[in-house]
Amino acid sequence: MSSEAIAQTAPAQPALALRLIVAAVIVALLIALPFIGKALGLESFTGLATQVLIYAIAAMSLNLILGYGGMVSFGHAAFFGVGGYAAGILYFHFADKSDFLGFIPGSNALLIALPVAMLVSGIMAAIIGAFSLRTGGVQFIMITLAFAQMLFFLFVSLQTYGGDDGLIMRRRQILPYLDTRDGTTFYYIALAMLAAWFVLTFCIVRSRFGFVLNGMRQNEARMAAMGYAPYPYKLVAFIIAGMGAGLAGALMANYLRFASPDMLHWTKSGELMMMVILGGAGTLFGPLLGATALVLLESFLTAYTENWQLPLGIILLVIVLFSHGGLSALIRRFMPGKP
Amino acid sequence: MTTPLLDVQGLCKRFGGLTATDTVDLALPEGELHALIGPNGAGKTTLINQLVGSLEHDSGSIRLDGAEIGHLPVWQRVHRGLARTFQITQLLPDFTPLDTVMLAVQARHGHSFRFFGNARNDRKIRDEAMQHLDQIGLGARANARVGDLAQGERKQLELAAALAEKPRLLLLDEPMAGLGSAESQQMIGQLAALKGKITMLIVEHDMEAVFTLADRVSVLVYGKIIARGSVDDIKSNEDVKVAYLGEGDV
Amino acid sequence: MLVLEQILNGIQFGIALFLMSAGLTLIFGIMGVINLTHGSLYMVGAYAAALVAAKTGSALLALVAGLAGAAVAGIVIEALVIRRLYARDHLDQVLATFALILIINQTATMLFGRQPLFVAMPPALSHSVTLLPGLVYPVYRLVVIAVGLVVALGLALPINRTRIGMLVRAGATSREMVRALGVDIRLLYTIIFGLGALLAGLAGAMAAPILAVQVGMGEQILILAFVVVVIGGVGSIRGAFYGALLAGLIDTMLRAFLPGLLRQVMAGSNADALGGGLSSMGVYLLMAIVLLVRPKGLFVRQS
Repeated sequence: MSSEAIAQTAPAQPALALRLIVAAVIVALLIALPFIGKALGLESFTGLATQVLIYAIAAMSLNLILGYGGMVSFGHAAFFGVGGYAAGILYFHFADKSDFLGFIPGSNALLIALPVAMLVSGIMAAIIGAFSLRTGGVQFIMITLAFAQMLFFLFVSLQTYGGDDGLIMRRRQILPYLDTRDGTTFYYIALAMLAAWFVLTFCIVRSRFGFVLNGMRQNEARMAAMGYAPYPYKLVAFIIAGMGAGLAGALMANYLRFASPDMLHWTKSGELMMMVILGGAGTLFGPLLGATALVLLESFLTAYTENWQLPLGIILLVIVLFSHGGLSALIRRFMPGKP
Repeated sequence: MTTPLLDVQGLCKRFGGLTATDTVDLALPEGELHALIGPNGAGKTTLINQLVGSLEHDSGSIRLDGAEIGHLPVWQRVHRGLARTFQITQLLPDFTPLDTVMLAVQARHGHSFRFFGNARNDRKIRDEAMQHLDQIGLGARANARVGDLAQGERKQLELAAALAEKPRLLLLDEPMAGLGSAESQQMIGQLAALKGKITMLIVEHDMEAVFTLADRVSVLVYGKIIARGSVDDIKSNEDVKVAYLGEGDV
Repeated sequence: MLVLEQILNGIQFGIALFLMSAGLTLIFGIMGVINLTHGSLYMVGAYAAALVAAKTGSALLALVAGLAGAAVAGIVIEALVIRRLYARDHLDQVLATFALILIINQTATMLFGRQPLFVAMPPALSHSVTLLPGLVYPVYRLVVIAVGLVVALGLALPINRTRIGMLVRAGATSREMVRALGVDIRLLYTIIFGLGALLAGLAGAMAAPILAVQVGMGEQILILAFVVVVIGGVGSIRGAFYGALLAGLIDTMLRAFLPGLLRQVMAGSNADALGGGLSSMGVYLLMAIVLLVRPKGLFVRQS
């Protein structure tokens, strides 16, 4: 092989060592964050950071289909909300000492709520994906949006579970040996979940499945001509993404002790997409970066003005119109190792 | 008499009022290199698209080795041994040529619902993909970005990816289009080397290439096969001359 | 008679949906742009009409204001944002217009407050007529239906008979073809977008006396209009028309009769809530069924 070919083995990637260092710094920072917050006397800091982590899981799951798979799903909040309601409804029946549909008992164990939330969201994603993926392009965007709206109306109409007002959980669900009511502990629970989802995404993206998925994004006709059926691969990715959002939703419901139709509102889907794009679609750390940016920006703006959506909209519009590849592309531009 | 590898009978396709494919019969015995020529708009790519399944035909039958494949989707026909290259290259711009060909090889190695392990580090697949790239003369560019490849290299990559599917029948849609004369010669050489090993149907405007390579030639005009025969037959066929000369008047 | 009245209500709602989705389907089909602010144009039309109606008391002026407001808003949005998005992918289009919605809605809230505006019916149209013995129906809604049908015809004729209509029909299914014909794309796009804005403004202005005029009204109807486009098929005006009527009828009928049916089997308040929710879902279920049978929509060639 010529030296030129060797130099090109990692196109557009900064040197591996540097990437590892950056990753290590991010991890160290995330672990130390509650202590930094306390040291600075910012009590609300840990809570805000917890929200960032939870949204990062949701954004990361969306990134699998949006960034790697090229499926512009405008209804991802549906799975986030379904996960949240799954946890909330389990708790409701636990507190109410009743059964869901008359035969499924409630639970206040997080170790049950999280898998159940993922399972239910996964099933929902399988159904919605099975329909939506029959089409592509503009239709796919509209259909995912529409189905999310449908679920929104469903939860609004469920009076038993709070309807319009949402479902309040009196306490967080519990874990053995850990006190989930403690803010710092819950932060680390969210961090652990984020880490787990990150590792899973990392594995999927470089696996055979991820390889095929990435190809689908670039050219479906080519993939079909090489013998790959697009539908099943895209559907499986859609289901995995739905499960990730469900996990995030269950965590968020526990964090806020509240599940509401707002979790499934179409603007929430828009925000999740925004996080992915802000951070950089199709990158591993992008969603975390994007979630951080958007949550901080929102909380910063709301502190200053009641009309925070106006500056937020303007900032987002400018970023979408004038940046290509989001924050991680911006960072990469300042990193050495770019060819 | 043995069954031909590809046996197309009475294939028809209409778009609204336009007949794109008009009762086409085509039989390719195993090992033949068959050229399909015709003026622009004759429906050559439309025919290829129906053979591979990216376009549904209205009526007629398509048999591969005696088995009807006309109802199968594209990817299943690929698994039956049907590969194609695209006239306007259809590639994966963010990948490298090695990635591309590895994907083609991977497709033959069972399903890809495997979520762990690094696909790019699979030695067996990697080595086989490298072989195909080297065979086609693209080995030195294995790790370039496909989006940065020159037109000629893209055409080569199309061929490498198709060969990696280990097809029994290869459909080549204008493999020389957009190539310089040196590149064309190289492509002709590569196809000549494959001749006899793989059955090929080649759509091409480059008559020199067609006359050099083809065992037999079919001439398609307005969706109808108007002549078929050896290279010499076609060269001397009056109808063909009219069809091609007439092209200038339209 | 109640059923007949609800059928008329359904048609009237369907007409509003048609005015929205006709523009959307052309903009998707021909320009390849997904524009979430189409609902904002509807809202602008409604607000402009409501404000002018309150000031002048003239329904005609209100209608003109609604059309003009939506057209101006449309021109500004097209020139400032949408024009930059033609060459971008759908994702950027969604996000940019999503950001625009945040801006427009917040601005509207700042200008007009969170309280919905209510507009009086134009006096000349505020009475009801007896259509059949026992069926008394508001004239205004009949007028809305009539206007919608006239617009539908007005769209159908030029689209089916004229050269530009031919381009529109061709362009809706094959954008490359229109380009290949050497048409001034810029002009065609402006015409299409302007037409869409006018239709949205018309829908908004006509809805003002029937609905509460408030921030967020645009997105509600936008998402339903998306569903209509999916049902009818992208690029098909005919599909938008029948899809809108179908969706309008189903939505209205379910809303009118489902809670009553549910009340037979459960407590009143629960039945109303569940009935309301399920009837909101009806249109989406219709979409799911259409997708199952004809993934590209009812009025687009499948292949």
